Amino acid sequence: MMSTAKEIAPFGAVPAAVDGAAFDAATAAVQAALAAGARYADARVVDRRHESMTARDGDVRTLDQTASVGLGVRALVGSSWGFAALGDPAGDADARRTGARATAIAQASAAVPGPPMELVAVPAVQGGWSSECLEDPFAVPLAEKAGLLTGVTATMRAAGVAVAEALYQAWDTRTAFVSSSGARIGQHVREVGAGMHCLTMGDGETQRRSYPAFRGQYGTRGFELVREIDLPGHADRIAAECQELLTAPQCPSGDTTLILGGEQMSLQIHESVGHAIELDRILGWEAAFAGTSWLDLSQLGSLRFGSELMNITIDPTIPGALGSFGFDDEGTPAAARDAVRDGIWVGVLAGRDSAAVAGLPYAGSVRADGWARLPMVRMTNVGLEPGPHTLEEMVAATDDGVLMEHNRSWSIDDRRLNFQFGCEIGWEIKDGERGRMLKNPSYTGIGPRFWQSLDMLGGAAPGEWRAWGTPNCGKGQPGQTGHTGHGAAPARFSGVRVGVRG
Amino acid sequence: MTADLDDLAGSVLAEVRRQAGPDAQATVRAEQAALALTRFADSAIHQNVADERVTVHLQLTVDGGRTATAATTRSRPGALADLVAATLAAARLRPRDPDWPGLGTPAPPTSAGSFDPATAAASPAERAAGVAAFVEAAGGLSTAGFVQTASLTTVLADTAGRHLGGATTSAIGDGIARLTGSDGVARAMSGRLADLDCAALGARAGAKARAGVDAVPVDPGVYAVVLEPAAVTDLVAGLVSGQFNGKAVVDGTSGLRLGEQQFDPAIDLVDDPLAGVGLPFDTEGTPAGRTELVRDGVPVGLTTDRRVAAALGRTSSGHGSDVGSTWGPVAGDPALSAGDGGTVDELVAGLDRGLLVSDLWYTRAVDPKRSVWTGLTRNGVWLVENGQVMAPVSTLRFTQSYLEALAPGAVTVGSVVDPQPTRLMGPMGYNRVAVPALRLAGWNVTGNAAG
Repeated sequence: MMSTAKEIAPFGAVPAAVDGAAFDAATAAVQAALAAGARYADARVVDRRHESMTARDGDVRTLDQTASVGLGVRALVGSSWGFAALGDPAGDADARRTGARATAIAQASAAVPGPPMELVAVPAVQGGWSSECLEDPFAVPLAEKAGLLTGVTATMRAAGVAVAEALYQAWDTRTAFVSSSGARIGQHVREVGAGMHCLTMGDGETQRRSYPAFRGQYGTRGFELVREIDLPGHADRIAAECQELLTAPQCPSGDTTLILGGEQMSLQIHESVGHAIELDRILGWEAAFAGTSWLDLSQLGSLRFGSELMNITIDPTIPGALGSFGFDDEGTPAAARDAVRDGIWVGVLAGRDSAAVAGLPYAGSVRADGWARLPMVRMTNVGLEPGPHTLEEMVAATDDGVLMEHNRSWSIDDRRLNFQFGCEIGWEIKDGERGRMLKNPSYTGIGPRFWQSLDMLGGAAPGEWRAWGTPNCGKGQPGQTGHTGHGAAPARFSGVRVGVRG
Repeated sequence: MTADLDDLAGSVLAEVRRQAGPDAQATVRAEQAALALTRFADSAIHQNVADERVTVHLQLTVDGGRTATAATTRSRPGALADLVAATLAAARLRPRDPDWPGLGTPAPPTSAGSFDPATAAASPAERAAGVAAFVEAAGGLSTAGFVQTASLTTVLADTAGRHLGGATTSAIGDGIARLTGSDGVARAMSGRLADLDCAALGARAGAKARAGVDAVPVDPGVYAVVLEPAAVTDLVAGLVSGQFNGKAVVDGTSGLRLGEQQFDPAIDLVDDPLAGVGLPFDTEGTPAGRTELVRDGVPVGLTTDRRVAAALGRTSSGHGSDVGSTWGPVAGDPALSAGDGGTVDELVAGLDRGLLVSDLWYTRAVDPKRSVWTGLTRNGVWLVENGQVMAPVSTLRFTQSYLEALAPGAVTVGSVVDPQPTRLMGPMGYNRVAVPALRLAGWNVTGNAAG
């Protein structure tokens, strides 16, 4: 069984927001890279604006706006890559110098070369794509954003917590991509997110509650996302839960039935599936840093990753999800494909070079953190399809177990096998009913064994499945921060070790 | 270049005065950064990058507490006027911050920094030569890692009259050698590329990998350990980011007991940017100097910026940063002093039964107050009995309080300080952490490769 593309997202003309001069600079850089001896080159001119605001205990704490504009050029000499980037190129000469520099770096790479390699072909698209944005986050008055964040932190403080914080962030990214294969692609993507959390202090302990997730929920959407998550409607509740946690009993230690909420499931997917199916890790390209993967390419199409309920897709076409785009950063059009179908591992996150080395026919998951960083294999939207159950049914079907939600800590080994997660809050499940609150819930396991114990999966009730956004996925040297999306719903696992303590 | 940055900072300040009037308070930082990194895997260079940029950072306050910050890579004249206009508009719109600490009193920098021109000018060929030396010295094993050179030149000027300049460079060699499921690691960091001996690193990584083949699991439990410098780096990073960070003290998440004998008397910890790779002043213009954190096992210092210092009734220790409002002021060049425990082999010789650990990985705080971290071993663990390395052990998970691991009576400090690269959100991607190996009485292993 092999993963095949299900659907290629429609694309249109280059968005008006992408400056024509950006294509001129990218084209000049590609020409200069070829003139210096590259056999392939591509260039991106990226203009990214970012705004963030944080509030603490009723006051705005920070308001930060950045503009990061520049040119990044990739050049291929033999089988060796070079990448050069320059902030705010002043004109044709700067662009040409950067293109030639990329080729010179590729020539230096050839001093310690790898095996011969041809890139997987992609169509040379001339066109563009924009994410949907109903309300431009940068046009919402700062005073309104400040009022929202200071209001919820004041509410939480008034409810008695020790520290209350809230944040909002937005990005507006315009990319002009040109390749020596004839691609000319413009993209305009807007992303937004917001969240809040509070802390309470007990005798030698700190408790935390957050909503909708610690450091927020994010999507490729406009400010409408912030309005929909309704921070004010949840401030009193999380403040009360945070105080109740101080006197709640500890999560017991032992093996039990574990139900995870959707937000924690999104991180479980990100860490134990998303990173494990990155082809660069599988090939050993990240061996010294991010790590490798327990997955072996010879078992692609046959390996049982999880139970029959486990269906994971790689889908950058989900409207509004944080990992959505029209084209990845080497010009491959967005397409949905399977990573795990009925529990069997069938697909990977790949790029044009890694797919070629692995003998796979598809790329499409290569992304860069801005103009100054090399595009590399990254998650797009890697998520579970909704299951046949509801959270209510899972609780009712559980005689003895623990429900945990909202990630607090995460750690997983360099092959993506042994994980340990802590959550903010838990509840005892006894005889099919949700009982008392539990503090410091945690669980640990081994990826495939854990996923094979998946015996109920939510998503049948309205709103249970959603695409969570993770805006802080670290990878690469120099470090890159990726924005990834994860469709997730509550799920039940059997025989899981919980309550790990130091 | 400094003259260009001086002009840039000066013109932004002039624009602030023109647009915002004489009462506005502003700090401008003009930075020129260059970073080049050559990465290898399967003993071939597979990623090789260089980027350069000038960034202007502006912090602007009006009405004694309405503050906005902005940064841009656009530094041409029209763009700077736009930067000031947008930042001023943002500052005026936001509510007044009652805890705004104001600008400090100008003080001279402690040095010009530690800039090595040869490192700043290092070519792709020089980095590739470092990679080739590592690969060659590993003796035919598959290798992976990177060689990085970076430089940072900064001019800081503010409306209080401060005008500072500094520059620094850094160089890192970091790699593993691999043999049938066993990885061995070696790393080094310095302010000068010439200090790196990539062949020595490759040879060390190769020897470690060969010694780690056919690893077997051990049962969870509390073990005495010898942590090599790469592993000690994680311990020190955890403590400086979560315990000695003044914001953690303000927030109540630090479990530090200042003035008490909380650590073994053999522990002496300082932050010393002038001996490391830091700039001579922080993002608020406060001079950076040596900050004593632990003396003879007694916590005596914290890292602060102006806001945190004001909240604690202290003066800033010079640890302001662009991410300080989120992560707090964190030591950038921590150094754990050498002790009398000798080499790693001598520390192992003093271990009746325990583990020798090369490196720690993916460590995350479970209980901030007790500094309990969970994470995994990486790049080699060995079982030690009667002072002898007996057998390689497969990857282990631990869940351990870093504060309690260094408790009085629990620590022997090695004699050889080995500066390691780690990520503490420093401006050049990596920070230098100077540490010796440690022998610790107890380390809580909570899982193995079997779960």
